Amino acid sequence: MTELLQQLINGLALGSILALIALGYTMVYGILRFINFAHGDVFMLGAFAGFYLAPKIATFVPLPSVAGALIIFGLSMVICAALGVLIERLAYKPLRKRPKLTVLITAIGVSLFLEYAGQFFFGAANKKFPDILPTWPVTKVLGLSVNSNQLIVLAVTLLLLLGLRFIVMKTRMGRAMRAVSFNPEAAALMGVNTDIVISFTFALGSALAAAAGILYAINYPSIDPLMGIMPGLKAFVAAVLGGIGNLPGAALGGIIIGVTETLVSGYISSTYRDAIAFAILIVILLVKPSGLLGKKEVEKV
Amino acid sequence: MNIWRGHFFSLAFVAAGCLLTGCNKSSPGPNAGGDVIKVGEYGSLTGSEASFGQSTHKGIQQAVDEINAAGGVLGKKIELHTEDDQSQAGQAATVVRKLISSDGVVALLGEVASSRSLEAAPICQQSGIPMISPSSTNPKVTEVGDYIFRVCFIDPFQGTVMANFATKTVQAHTAAVLTDVKSDYSLGLAKFFKEQFLASGGKIVDEEKYSGGDKDFNAQLTAIKAASPEVVFVPGYYTEVGLIALQARQLGINVPLLGGDGWESPTLIPVGGKALEGDSFSTHFSADNTSPEVQAYLTTYKKRYNETSDAMAPLGYDAMMILADAIKRAGTTDGAKVRDALAATKDFKGVTGNITIDPNRNASKSAVILTITNGAIKYIQTVAP
Repeated sequence: MTELLQQLINGLALGSILALIALGYTMVYGILRFINFAHGDVFMLGAFAGFYLAPKIATFVPLPSVAGALIIFGLSMVICAALGVLIERLAYKPLRKRPKLTVLITAIGVSLFLEYAGQFFFGAANKKFPDILPTWPVTKVLGLSVNSNQLIVLAVTLLLLLGLRFIVMKTRMGRAMRAVSFNPEAAALMGVNTDIVISFTFALGSALAAAAGILYAINYPSIDPLMGIMPGLKAFVAAVLGGIGNLPGAALGGIIIGVTETLVSGYISSTYRDAIAFAILIVILLVKPSGLLGKKEVEKV
Repeated sequence: MNIWRGHFFSLAFVAAGCLLTGCNKSSPGPNAGGDVIKVGEYGSLTGSEASFGQSTHKGIQQAVDEINAAGGVLGKKIELHTEDDQSQAGQAATVVRKLISSDGVVALLGEVASSRSLEAAPICQQSGIPMISPSSTNPKVTEVGDYIFRVCFIDPFQGTVMANFATKTVQAHTAAVLTDVKSDYSLGLAKFFKEQFLASGGKIVDEEKYSGGDKDFNAQLTAIKAASPEVVFVPGYYTEVGLIALQARQLGINVPLLGGDGWESPTLIPVGGKALEGDSFSTHFSADNTSPEVQAYLTTYKKRYNETSDAMAPLGYDAMMILADAIKRAGTTDGAKVRDALAATKDFKGVTGNITIDPNRNASKSAVILTITNGAIKYIQTVAP
């Protein structure tokens, strides 16, 4: 029983990071109807932004500290938001009226470009991510080992989810996003500046990816330019599982994938972890082709 | 206007991409002159095991420069052709074919990872080009054929050494094993560790697996913790070992982790930090060795690269030195003659110890065991074959 609970905690921490990445996929899909395969690499860039910012921040805010970590989080999210907008402007915007397949192939190209440019500029070897957040000793609750980083991941993910929900549901920009996601032409006729809405979506998604990148690096402090590939792929699957285009669905999908993976490798076989986890997804998608929350929700962003 | 601007940016993007990939490739170009001896090297210069590939390359390059400074081999200079296999399956075969057919190398040095050495070995064997692996320890590598050699010890020896260390020095009766299923090296080491540990009366209480490149090991470690072993054998690569150690300590596993030469890397300690305290691994080389050859090698290495040598660089160095020695004794670069000369190598004084090539084309030599104490790697003992 203790072991099962421990595995659930492990899975929840892993799943919430996937959920943060999945939100970026699902938002872009909701607005533009295409999969931004470079999203996993923006996640990697977020971690590297944190890696290079940490020594600079440490000169005026001692690290590890909560204040320092917050500054690094914020700056890295801003940097990645800018990068996300830049990628959209340079690579995707010129292709907006082209077939979706063209944009998809471009996205794969951008993804490879970021991975190998990363190897060129950052170096291919894995790097130690600095300790930016103070950790308190492993706490034992009912025989369970819970470390502070896992709790932080859960808390930050929850906060960012609530923040995102607020932006999408309660602000003018959020309303514009929902409008564009329903019908871009009609939204444009109603005076919505679709270019700005799309840029904003990329900025928001990339900022979340950056946050996920840093959370991931805090938990698994070994970063390299190819670190975004697998989490990116799994987050994409999470987004599809939850119903692509649907925000709570992406979060739910991420958590389900994280927990399934952990339970499969803990109890069945880590060799078949991905195979079994993905088989479960196939079954779910056979029963509900639009994903778990695909149809029911009305808001689509 | 908009369309043009769009095109301009896409073009700039593509151009930047070409520029980068262009810079990344090392293309020595075919050399028509017969006044050099071309030696090929394939290694993981980028990708997940880049640290191994880079170190090996530095060692080989140092050997080549020393040989050339001393007048070369058979009156000719050695010309090193290096190709990167990006630590990826499939790439080793591609780059080795290129080195043999378009660069025309007379011998090949590589790889560190057994999986990729196993990919390239059949190609070298078919082409009649001798290949020396600096540090692939899986037995299958040299079983490919009589053109394939290595200058390191093999997994049965390393697995046995660590199993004996676990039972005698750590005095453990129960062990858990955490293996990388993607790596022939890891699987081999785990197998021989288990055999010897069981033979000495120990008990394997849990066996868990992961795939190279994973970052989350909490699931496997939670299961290991439930089995409460006295020691955990982790025959993986440094890329994962640091994270495994961190997560194991966070879950409250406080028994020593043991491993093999895959742990040997400058990035192991920065990632694992305090979590690695008290853990031990077997490897090929210790910088604490005071013999003049080793000290001379270390001084030159430090001067050249401004860093301390790990175990991979001296193995690359020895592989190149043994090849040069064999070509010298063969008096020619003909594949079959160089192969015979390599097979006859006896008591070669390398920086990683005295190397004798046994009838199975493996190096017979001793291993050292290192332990991590106070954030530094300390020499514990040497184990003779």
